[in-house]
Amino acid sequence: MLDGYEMTVGLEIHVQLDTDTKIFCGCKNEFGAEPNHHTCPICLGLPGTLPVLNEKAVEYIVKAGLALNCEINTFSKFDRKNYFYADLPKAYQISQFDLPFCEDGHVMIQLEDETEMKIGITRIHLEEDAGKLNHAGEGIASSDSSLVDYNRVGTPLIEIVSEPDIHSPEQAIAYLKKIKSILEYIGVSDCDMSQGSMRADVNISVAPTGSDELGTRTELKNMNSFKAIEKALKYEPKRQIKVLESGGEIIQGTLTWDDEAGKTIPMRSKEEAHDYRYFPEPDLVPVIVEQEWVDGIEDSLPELPDARQKRYVEELGIPEYDAMVITADREMADFFEAVVKEHNDAKAISNWIMGDFSRLLNEESITIAEVKFKPADLAQMLKLMDEGTISSKIAKTVFEEMFATGKNPDTIVEEKGLKQISDTSELEKIIDQVIADNQSALEDYRGGNKNVFGFFIGQTMKATRGKANPGMVNKILKEKLEG
Amino acid sequence: MKINKETVEKVAHLARLEVSEDEKELFAHQLSDILDHAEKLNELDTEDIAPTAHALPIQNVFRKDEVRASLDREAVLANAPQKDEGMFKVPQIVD
Ligand SMILES: [Zn+2]
Repeated sequence: MLDGYEMTVGLEIHVQLDTDTKIFCGCKNEFGAEPNHHTCPICLGLPGTLPVLNEKAVEYIVKAGLALNCEINTFSKFDRKNYFYADLPKAYQISQFDLPFCEDGHVMIQLEDETEMKIGITRIHLEEDAGKLNHAGEGIASSDSSLVDYNRVGTPLIEIVSEPDIHSPEQAIAYLKKIKSILEYIGVSDCDMSQGSMRADVNISVAPTGSDELGTRTELKNMNSFKAIEKALKYEPKRQIKVLESGGEIIQGTLTWDDEAGKTIPMRSKEEAHDYRYFPEPDLVPVIVEQEWVDGIEDSLPELPDARQKRYVEELGIPEYDAMVITADREMADFFEAVVKEHNDAKAISNWIMGDFSRLLNEESITIAEVKFKPADLAQMLKLMDEGTISSKIAKTVFEEMFATGKNPDTIVEEKGLKQISDTSELEKIIDQVIADNQSALEDYRGGNKNVFGFFIGQTMKATRGKANPGMVNKILKEKLEG
Repeated sequence: MKINKETVEKVAHLARLEVSEDEKELFAHQLSDILDHAEKLNELDTEDIAPTAHALPIQNVFRKDEVRASLDREAVLANAPQKDEGMFKVPQIVD
C-alpha cells in the first residue's frame, strides 16, 4: 500500500495482427524469418512507392473494437507521425491521430477479492510496426553499431489505449490478461509476448489520495512480460513517492526497467521531446466503415470469455472462480466443453482441469494443443470412476499415464492392472491377513484407541497397492475390528 | 505570422538539416511570408464546409490479404553503405 498516495496507471497495449501479409504491401507477415527476407520497395520506404491498405487489417481492428465494447467510427483516416530512428525506414510511421477506428470501449476485470471493475478504453488505432534493431555488444548504450532487420516493418499493429482507471499492479495485470484473452478468442492475434506480438507502454504517476489531479508521469516502453510489468508497478510508485516526500519533483520521461537490479533507470535519448508533427497521410484515402460491414463482423464474433464464464456458472453449475480460470484461455475452455459433452459431471471435470491437468501443463510447459490425450479420454476416465472400476486415488495414476502417453484409460487400467477390488470375499481375505499381521494394533483399537482405524485402512490400501474400493474397505474393517 | 530564428533552428533540427546563420535569417523571412500567404485562407467562411481529410474524393482503397513476392535480399542491401549478417549496419543510436 502507498501511504497517503494513490497511483494511476495508463497502458498503451500494442498488438500485432495475425494477417498473412503486411499492412501496406504484400510482403509476408511472419515472425522469425531470415533478416530482411520479407521486404519490398513499399515497406522499405523507397521513394516513389505508394502504400495500399490491407482490408483484413481493417476487419481485424473492427473485430477487436467490437469485442472490447468500442464505438466503431464510420469515418477513419491515417496520419503521419514523424521521427528519425534507424528502425523506421521512411522516417515516419503511418498511424492514426484524430480519427481512429475505435473509441470509447471498456472491459470488465475480476480481482482476487472477487470484486468486478470496469476499465475504460479511450481508443484503438491502426498503425504499422517498425523494424528491429539488433545491438552488437552489451546493449543499446554500449555498442558502437546496430544491425537493422526490416522484416517487421509494416506488420499491422493495433494500439489499445486505456483510460486512467487503473490504480494498482493487480488491476493492471488483470486488465492486460483480459485484453490478451479476448484478442486470442477472436483470433486477431496470437498475443505471444515472448515474440513481441503483444507489448505495452506503461505510464505511471502518483498523487495524494483524494486529489483531483494526476501527478507527473513516467513511462516504461515496450514491456513484454506480465512479471516485469508487475514488478515495475510495485517499484516505480514507491520511488516517485520517495522523491516527492524528500521535496523533489518527478521528471516526466522515459525509463527502462532493469529486471536484474529490480529498478527503473532513466533513459538518455537524443530524440527531441515528443514533437511528431502529425499530419494527414496524403498517400492513403480515408476509410468508411459502413454499418453493414460492422454487422457482418459482429456476427462473426465467437462467444467471448465473460459470456462463457456466465454460462458455465449458470448452466453447468461450476464455481465462479473455476469458470473464470477455465474461460480465460480459449483452448482450455474448448477442451473443458468437449469433455462436458461426453460426461455430465461438469464440477468433476472442472476439478480435474483446474487441478492435475493444469499442474501437468505447467510442469511440462506445454500448451493444450500439444496434449496427447483426447477430451473423450478424460470423460471415459471419469466414467470408470463413477462405475467403481477405479478409485479416485488410482484415477490420479491413470490421469498421469494418459497425460504422459496419450493412451486411453481402459488400456491403462488393463495394462497396469489398476482395476479396483470391489469383491467382498476377496477384500475380506486381504483384511483378515492385515489384522492377523497387526495384533498389537488390534488390541489398541479394542482398548479404545479408535485412531488406529486409519492405520488399518492404510495397511489394507498398501496390501492392494491402492486398488481396494475405499468405501468397502471402510465397512468391512469396521465390522471386523469391532469383532 | 512571424517566424523567428529559434523556430527555424528547431524545425531544422527536427528535419536534421544544417543551416548557416545567413540561411536562418533568410528562411525566417521566407517561412513568415509563406505562413502569411496561407493565413489568407482564414478569411474564407468555412462554417458549413466539412473538414477535408484528403484531396481526392475517393475512399476505401484496399488490397486483399494475399502474399506477393518480396525483394531478393541482395537487392535490398545493394545500396547499404554498411551491412553485416544480412542486415543494415547503422551507427550507435543512443549516446
Ligand atoms: Zn513489403
